[in-house]
Amino acid sequence: MIEYQNVSKFYGDLAAVDGISLDIPDGEFFGLLGPNGAGKTTIIRMTTALTAVSSGAILIDGEPINRDLSKTKQRFGVVPQYTNLEAEISARQNLDYHGRLYGMDTSLRKSKIDELLEFAELSDRADDKASSYSSGMRRRLMIIKALMHSPDVLFLDEPTVGLDATARRNIWDLLRNMNSQGLTIFLTTHYLEEAQALCSRVGLIDKGKMVQLDSPSALIASHGNYILEYFKDGEMVYQFFNAREEAVKASEWLNASFQVREANLEDVFVALTNRRIAES
Amino acid sequence: MTFKAVIWKDWIVFLNKIASNTISAVVGPTLYLLAFGWGIGGQVSVAGQSYVSFVIPGIVAMNSMSVSFGIIASSLNISRLYDKTFEAEMMSPITPVAYTMAKVAVGIGRGIYCATLIIAVSLLFDRSLVLSPYFLLVLALNCAVFSIIGFIVGLLIKSHGDMAKVSNFVITPMSFLCGTLFPLDRFPVLLRALFEFLPLSMAVTGLRQGAAGPNSWVVPAVLAAWCLVLFPVAVNVCKKAE
Repeated sequence: MIEYQNVSKFYGDLAAVDGISLDIPDGEFFGLLGPNGAGKTTIIRMTTALTAVSSGAILIDGEPINRDLSKTKQRFGVVPQYTNLEAEISARQNLDYHGRLYGMDTSLRKSKIDELLEFAELSDRADDKASSYSSGMRRRLMIIKALMHSPDVLFLDEPTVGLDATARRNIWDLLRNMNSQGLTIFLTTHYLEEAQALCSRVGLIDKGKMVQLDSPSALIASHGNYILEYFKDGEMVYQFFNAREEAVKASEWLNASFQVREANLEDVFVALTNRRIAES
Repeated sequence: MTFKAVIWKDWIVFLNKIASNTISAVVGPTLYLLAFGWGIGGQVSVAGQSYVSFVIPGIVAMNSMSVSFGIIASSLNISRLYDKTFEAEMMSPITPVAYTMAKVAVGIGRGIYCATLIIAVSLLFDRSLVLSPYFLLVLALNCAVFSIIGFIVGLLIKSHGDMAKVSNFVITPMSFLCGTLFPLDRFPVLLRALFEFLPLSMAVTGLRQGAAGPNSWVVPAVLAAWCLVLFPVAVNVCKKAE
């Protein structure tokens, strides 16, 4: 269980994270959705002891996190947004180094490395330098590296940024598979379809504050499952309805062109913040 | 275990580039030895010995210093600012103390490797250098001090471009002002007193005089004191580095 107790992070007067309180139970696939600069990465950095908390506390199974806590750090794996591989050594050596840092013994390291390379379909390139890998392969290597020591919680910061649609779907399948095996996953993303497709619960974050927190379907249903979208007085208007028929009926009074469609998390975010997730 | 992991990784990276590491470590010192050994050394004597005998310990100290400092500072700076591998290491269970110790051990190893190569090359010019456990102790302490300084600098400097400035303002002046190429007693008394207790001056004195020199215990004691003062600073910087 990860607990965030009124957590804030300030850089001078700027609140990058502002009073976040949140519990993430074991086995959950949790997503933090928000535009760039909303505070998502800062939350992961604070949780993984890379950045100090300004106020409040982050507890993992009741223990506050800090850089000296070897045992607590053993419990999580992290896949940051940027590549953090040792470029001048092979994929196998990257995994080996990670295993050594986490105190794994030789035989366990060897079997785990082979298993993970196969899982990520990288076995045939295992002895090539990481610098020779494509973006998608690097991302897969980073994910299995974070899994090398069998963590209980996996943090992924924008894991599919910059990947093409196929590579993104492959990563999604990999993550679903791991979550179904009991791994708790904490994902940050600004791709609403990613949060909607993967997460059992989503926190919408904007300007460091949690604006709403629930399952994707409940978040949408709380505003309305359908959207009537039309242009009025120089700007787009989005109206929520619980049923498609209600939206269609409301559109009969419009003179302008319109669209009735299913609502998504982006619509909810706009309704709550008056900003689009893509804005940054 | 985690301490050994960092050393293992740096060893693998070193082996991958062993040829270029070796060649780059000997080019500069060999040029110094050519210039000061064959070029000047035959005609000049300093403190009762040939200049080449005088200058070899200075070159060993100077180059082991710059290798220990440079390897640790630049590799840490790159891993923190560009490769982002420092973050991955800090997220692992390794403690800042173990990480700092491992990096300092790597710096000592690389400095001693460089010194061994220079000593091998110097045998072509002069064979008066006395290698002893005392010599090795002073050499290792010199490498340790500058590895720790490199560690601190590598984690504090905010851009790789600024690394060159640190070298220009700290390492290069020390290379010339610490008795490496000429005796400290050529300086005015005040400057001499200022430079005498710098770690490189101490190392040069120790390597040159050996255990038989006057008050020979002072050299390792002062170098160890530098390590003891700087190491906690390095650990603290490691705890806070982002």
